[in-house]
Amino acid sequence: MYRTKDGEEIFIIDGHVHLWDGRPENWKNVHGQQFIDCFYGYHTFLQPKDRQWSREKFYNYGAETMYNDLFVQGYDDMAIFQPTYLKDFYVNGFNTLEQNAVLKTKYPDRFILNGAFDPRDGEAGLARLEEDAATHGLKGVKLYTAEWKGDSKGYKLSDPGAQKFLERAEKLGIKNIHVHKGPTILPLNRDAFDVADIDDAATSFPNLNFIVEHCGLPRLDDFCWIATQETNVYGGLAVALPFIRNQPKYFAHVISQLLMWLGEDKLLYGSDYGIWTPDWLVEDLMAFELPEDITRETGAKLTLQAKKKILGLNAARLYDVDIEAKKAVLADARQSVAAE
Amino acid sequence: MTAVAVAPAEARARQVWDRLGAVTDPELDESVTELGFVTDVDVADDGAVQIRFRLPTYWCAANFAFLMADDMRRAVLALPWATSAQVELGDHMYAEAINRGMAQGLAFRDAFDGEADGDLEEIRRTFILKAFQRRQEAVIRHLLDQDRDPAALRALDVDALRGLDVGAEGRRLVDRYLDLRQDVVGAGGPAFVDDGGAAITAEGWQAHLASLRRVWINTEFNGALCRGLLAARFSEDPPVPGAEPTLVDFIRQLPADGR
Repeated sequence: MYRTKDGEEIFIIDGHVHLWDGRPENWKNVHGQQFIDCFYGYHTFLQPKDRQWSREKFYNYGAETMYNDLFVQGYDDMAIFQPTYLKDFYVNGFNTLEQNAVLKTKYPDRFILNGAFDPRDGEAGLARLEEDAATHGLKGVKLYTAEWKGDSKGYKLSDPGAQKFLERAEKLGIKNIHVHKGPTILPLNRDAFDVADIDDAATSFPNLNFIVEHCGLPRLDDFCWIATQETNVYGGLAVALPFIRNQPKYFAHVISQLLMWLGEDKLLYGSDYGIWTPDWLVEDLMAFELPEDITRETGAKLTLQAKKKILGLNAARLYDVDIEAKKAVLADARQSVAAE
Repeated sequence: MTAVAVAPAEARARQVWDRLGAVTDPELDESVTELGFVTDVDVADDGAVQIRFRLPTYWCAANFAFLMADDMRRAVLALPWATSAQVELGDHMYAEAINRGMAQGLAFRDAFDGEADGDLEEIRRTFILKAFQRRQEAVIRHLLDQDRDPAALRALDVDALRGLDVGAEGRRLVDRYLDLRQDVVGAGGPAFVDDGGAAITAEGWQAHLASLRRVWINTEFNGALCRGLLAARFSEDPPVPGAEPTLVDFIRQLPADGR
C-alpha cells in the first residue's frame, strides 16, 4: 500500500513478477548461464546502485526474500506471477507455474498465478492447459511468441494453432493474454519485435484482453497504432518503467506516447521483480511529473488518477479484484501477524 | 623513381580503426567503435587484418551481428594494402556460425545452414530508413531549439541547409543527416522530406515531427539498453590501481569459474 502525503491509500497490483531458479545447478547448458547473466546486466544497469544485489543472490533470491521485497519493503499489495519455462536451458525450468504455486499457497491473498501455453504443443498442450486451469483457477497466461521450439523459430498469434489455444483459453475463463513483445531471446532472422499478430488476435477474440508486455518496445510506434485500433489491447510497463530514474526525460517521452495513444485505462504497472524491485519504482512513479515541453508536445497528462489506474485499478479490473474487500482481508492478516 | 612508403603496422592499425569508425550498428545507427564493440585490431606484415568484436549480450540478434561483421570486413578490405580481413565475434550464441561465415565469405543464409530464411538486404534497407528518420529528427530538433521558424525550415533546400550557420554540434548533425539523405532519396531538393523524398507541408509538419519522434523513442530504447548491458557485461569501470580486491571483484569472477 502506498500512502500519499495527504494520507490517501493507493492499492498496488504488480502486473509482472518472477520467482526463478537461476543457480548453476539448474543450468542445462551455457544458455542457462547466459540467460540469467543477461538479466543480471539489466539489473545492474537500471536498479539503483545502493539496492543492487550480488550475482549469487540474483541467481536465487528465494520465496521469503521475494515476499519481503514486494510486500514489506515494497508497496505492492498483490502481484501477478508470469511464468517463463525455458526448459531447454534449465533442468527444472526457469520460473514455472508449479514453483510459483508454492508461494501462492502460502500467501493466497497476495498472488495471482498465471499459466503459459505454447500452441506448438498441440493436443497435449491443450490438455495441459485444461489441467492447469482446473488446478489453479487461471485467469491469465504469459506467452513468448519468439521462443524457439525444435525447428520452429517462434510463432504468431494469428497462426491457426494459436487460434485454437486462444479459443480454449476463452472457454476456460482465461481472459488475460500477456504477450512478451520486447527485448527478446533467440531472434535469429525473424523480426521478433513484430506486434502485428496482436492486431489480428485482438480482432478475432474481442472477449480476451491482450496485454503487450514491455509495450512492444522497441516497436512502440507500431504498438501504439494497433492499441488505438483495438479496445482490448493493453500495455505492460515492465522494463519501460525502470528508465524513470536514470533517464527520466526518456521515460517521460515513452509514458506520454502511451498515454496519448492508449490512454490511462490501458496501462499496467509491473516491476519485473527480481530484475527490479517495487520500492523505488512505485516511489518514483508516484513522484513523477511530465516535463512541460513534453506535455505541450503530446497533450498527455500523468495525473494522480492516471497513476492510481496504472498502479492497480486497471489490473484489478482485468483480474476481478475487489480492492475494498482485499484491503480488509490484508489488514486482518496484518493484525493477526502482529498479535502472534 | 620513388618507392611506395610502407606504413608501419601502427599507422595501418590506425587506418583500420578509422574505417571501422564509419561502420554502424544498423539498429542503433551508432559507430561500432564508439559503442565499444571492437576490442582488438591486429595488422600483420603481409597486410592481413584481424578484428575482434563483442556485443552487449550473448543473445544479440544474429542478423545484426552478421551485418556488422560483414560491413567491417568490407570496410577494411577497401584499404589498398589490406590483403585479407578476418572478423571474429566473441561471447555470442552464434559466434561459431558467424565467424565461419566471415572466414568463408558466406551469405547470411548459408552461414546458418538454412536455419535462417530472412533477407539481410531487406533488413539493411529498413534500418537505413530508420537512421535517415532519426538523423533528420536530430537536425530539426536542433534547429527548433535555436528558435528557428518552422516555415523557414520547410523552405530550406539541401544546399541552403548545408550553408546554414548552426554551430559545431549542428554541423555534425547536418553532415550526418545529409550523408544518408543522399542515399535514401537522392541529391538535391527540399532539405526535410518524407521517405519518398516529398517536401513536408505546413499541415503535415506536426504529424511528421511526431512520427520522427517515435522512431527516436524506439531506437533510443535499444541504444540505452545496449550501452547499459555492454557496460554491465564487461564491467567497464576501470579498476583502481593497487586497490585491494573487494567483494564485487569476486562476484565478477563468478561466471568465469563456471559450474
